[in-house]
Amino acid sequence: MLVQILEQVINGLLAGAYYLLIALGLSLIFSLGGLVNLAHGAFYALGAYLAIVLAEHVGFAGAFVLSPLAVALIGLLIERFLFRRFYREDPALGLLLTFGLAMVAEQSLRWVFGAAPIPFSIPPALKGQILVGDFIYSRYRLLMLAVAATAVAALWYLLQRTPFGRVVRAGVQNPDMVAALGISLAPYMASIVGISVGLAALAGVLLAPISGVHPAMGAEILTASFVVVVIGGLGSFWGVVLAALIVGVVRGLTVYFFPPAAEASMYVLMLLVLLFRPRGLFGERIQRFE
Amino acid sequence: MDHPLASRRRRQLVQGAAAAAAVGSLGFPAIVRGQSDAIRLGHLTPRGVNLAVEEINAAGGVMGRKIELIAEDSVNPQTASTKAERLIERDKVVAIIGEISSASGLAIAQVAQRNRTIFFNTGCNSDELRGKSCNRFMFHTEAANSMYVNAEGRALLRDGMVKGKKWYSLTADYAFGHDLLRVAKRFMQANGAEFVADELVATDAADFSGYLLKIRNAKPDLVISNLAGTQITNFLKQYVEYGLKFPVAGFAFDTAVAWGAGKGNVLGIWPLVWDSQVNTPASRKFTEAFVKKNGKPPENQAWGDYLSTKHLAQAMNEIKSTDSTKVVEHLEKGAKFDLLKTREGYYRNWDHQLMMEMYTLTFKPPEQVKDKWDLFTLSAPVPGPNESLEVIAPTREENNCIMPA
Repeated sequence: MLVQILEQVINGLLAGAYYLLIALGLSLIFSLGGLVNLAHGAFYALGAYLAIVLAEHVGFAGAFVLSPLAVALIGLLIERFLFRRFYREDPALGLLLTFGLAMVAEQSLRWVFGAAPIPFSIPPALKGQILVGDFIYSRYRLLMLAVAATAVAALWYLLQRTPFGRVVRAGVQNPDMVAALGISLAPYMASIVGISVGLAALAGVLLAPISGVHPAMGAEILTASFVVVVIGGLGSFWGVVLAALIVGVVRGLTVYFFPPAAEASMYVLMLLVLLFRPRGLFGERIQRFE
Repeated sequence: MDHPLASRRRRQLVQGAAAAAAVGSLGFPAIVRGQSDAIRLGHLTPRGVNLAVEEINAAGGVMGRKIELIAEDSVNPQTASTKAERLIERDKVVAIIGEISSASGLAIAQVAQRNRTIFFNTGCNSDELRGKSCNRFMFHTEAANSMYVNAEGRALLRDGMVKGKKWYSLTADYAFGHDLLRVAKRFMQANGAEFVADELVATDAADFSGYLLKIRNAKPDLVISNLAGTQITNFLKQYVEYGLKFPVAGFAFDTAVAWGAGKGNVLGIWPLVWDSQVNTPASRKFTEAFVKKNGKPPENQAWGDYLSTKHLAQAMNEIKSTDSTKVVEHLEKGAKFDLLKTREGYYRNWDHQLMMEMYTLTFKPPEQVKDKWDLFTLSAPVPGPNESLEVIAPTREENNCIMPA
């Protein structure tokens, strides 16, 4: 039994990568722009659909590269013409805007591709399982984890070790001071939105072969990703990473011990975390949101 | 079949927008009729109904009057109820056709009963709708959970997958799933299968890896799905991903689920209410017309919508009236209908369930698949040609219905 529990724990860590790429982007856009992006799931769905379309012409590897890039470009346009107007407005307006965008995106996908799920498979080269002792791993999921880990590492480097990242981090804490120093945050914000929605699209590409690709897939994953952000704490990079892994593990253990509560477990976890740490695990005190 | 978020996922799966079809207005006051000569149909699942309406109108309509369709999205039980109410009161529809979720179906049925307007259920599977929650104005073109279980169960008995076998089941955790599990357990007990595990799955679960690890450790003889909608798609894709070798079967299925998983991602034996492979002249004709109109073959949900609309028009033409009560009486007398299957069917008088043949399907090896719609082989009809259609339906003892006045 202990072995089986350990198996679920490891599987849960893998599954945590599911939410990570989406949660990180959500957290970034919120901490820098003050915008709760309810359309974030839509970019994830768009990434999955684009991957299917592109894969027919350029194969899975091509789609894996091109789909996130294309979605990032769309993100840049949306940032330029829509998001930008809402950073300093009442947060409720941003909520309305992104909620509306999410609905437009979902219905557009339904319009173009139909409401039923459309098929997509793991590329033959990545199929198969890896047995380690008694444990079984999906080869594809291990690869997915590697991609997610690489993306997270790259993002961390960008934010923590580059001049770009320094401005972004300063902007999160005190945008007025950054402006007073003569630095315009606008291009940084645009880049952050582009990167964030690109990561969401990357998650879409990665998940398309192993889950149903249908117009509401974005709405489905969004809630869980929000929970991850809240548990991890807004503005905290490692908080979100840790939270994604914890949510994965807690869900895995609940599947083992009491499956009916598996999906509810992350909400209970969120409740407990908020009771003791209202800003989340590693949430930073961000003056303008207090 | 049926769903939770029910309604949501299955709705997404099968059509996107669901509409409650309500049919025309002869039974209403002259002043209303004066506004439009068309007979109006309200619909809560637009797939197949449009084609039926076109065909009916091209053939002269109902008693010379055109049918007009009003499509609405039912979303959830509360909205379904409100919209059914509006279709009946404002739009003066003579019938409502459609729905997918048993919960919303129940809400519509209550409105239909109160307003004495016919409701054809084309996608809700729960036995309870035919039993405890039955009513005089609700008719079921969709098969009941019992019929799915019994059709599938015969195939499993034939393959020796039941007696003394250990089953591992995953059940969607909401009304439909619970209803299906209850019926499935009855079948198991009667035929000597046992559960090695019997687990409920939340309707928003998309990752099945944790369950797959448990299944792998439990080593069952058969894995049973009592899931619905896109959850079946996810389950199948991931089952293949993890390379588990235990046989798979399910007690509820939609063709769109298989299409959504795609070649190489599907396995097992599943029940189905109809498929375009059914080789009768009427079935071929419907399939051809549907492909021409929609660019893809019809699936089971389109069949249900199409058929209900045709049955309603046929009944009204036969009795020369759109009066709901008269249509109900006509149907209860055992009027026979073509079902695009080998045998004709009828709506059973005590629970209003359409008595009909069912099928099971098995998937082709990937190398035999010709195109993305051609994934499986359909069985011969169940029950067989010499049996009563009622042998797979729930009995009065199992699922009694007492129609409220």
